[in-house]
Amino acid sequence: MMRIPCIVCGLRDENEFTCGGTSHLVRPAIDASDRDWAEYLFFRDNPKGLHHERWRHTQGCGQWFNLVRHTLTHEILTVYAMTESPPR
Amino acid sequence: MHETASRTSPSFAPTSWMSVKAPLTRLVFHGDRTARAAAEAGFPIASADEVCRARVDGDRASLWLGPDERLLLAPADQDAARIAAAIAAALGAVPHAIVDVSHRQIGLEIRGPQATQILNGACPLDLDLSQFPVGMCTRTALAKADIVLWRQQPDRFHVEVWRSFAPYVVALLNEIARDYE
Repeated sequence: MMRIPCIVCGLRDENEFTCGGTSHLVRPAIDASDRDWAEYLFFRDNPKGLHHERWRHTQGCGQWFNLVRHTLTHEILTVYAMTESPPR
Repeated sequence: MHETASRTSPSFAPTSWMSVKAPLTRLVFHGDRTARAAAEAGFPIASADEVCRARVDGDRASLWLGPDERLLLAPADQDAARIAAAIAAALGAVPHAIVDVSHRQIGLEIRGPQATQILNGACPLDLDLSQFPVGMCTRTALAKADIVLWRQQPDRFHVEVWRSFAPYVVALLNEIARDYE
């Protein structure tokens, strides 16, 4: 069980949240190749280390936000708004 | 052809620490900062902009559920359609949403010195007064049920639970409370 710091409500248990997968995927142009579209739709990195992901506080304030999580330790390093760029 | 829905309050045996609250008029209001400010002309406490806090004005309350979402409560004799119309009139063309959910939920009162322990039997929130003070409200999970939890007094909570989940929630709380009898 993780404890996730919601960007609005503060620290809550993981079971109040829904994970929305990898953040910052850029949608290809409408005339992009099938390979680019397949890459966008179906292929994801599976890093051992820092991972940028989207979460929604579904059973809470309902807001989407981004966070940076270490996939090995589950440590959450940063939480930032949907409209913000990933921290360096 | 239409049928008039007949609704009866669910009856659960009251205990020393739990009872079903009187029916309420409930409205979910969605709107941005401009809409929330304008809505106050129709429902004076509609904005309730402090995170996870309820505002109370006499027999009405406005519960913060999310940055743009409020749960408005009033006694059942204040008609939901009239409150909605008053808010809509105050807002004019400002985009917003207001939905009557009076019959979607029921209110439970959980009270007494064991109230926090009983709730914590199925809800992992830290209910210490320093972390969850009087006036705090939030949507959260009670085991598998979605609830809105509102602390009205140090030892008294108002729980909004969806009508169809109520038998489950009441049975679960009764089971938990056996530990404290």
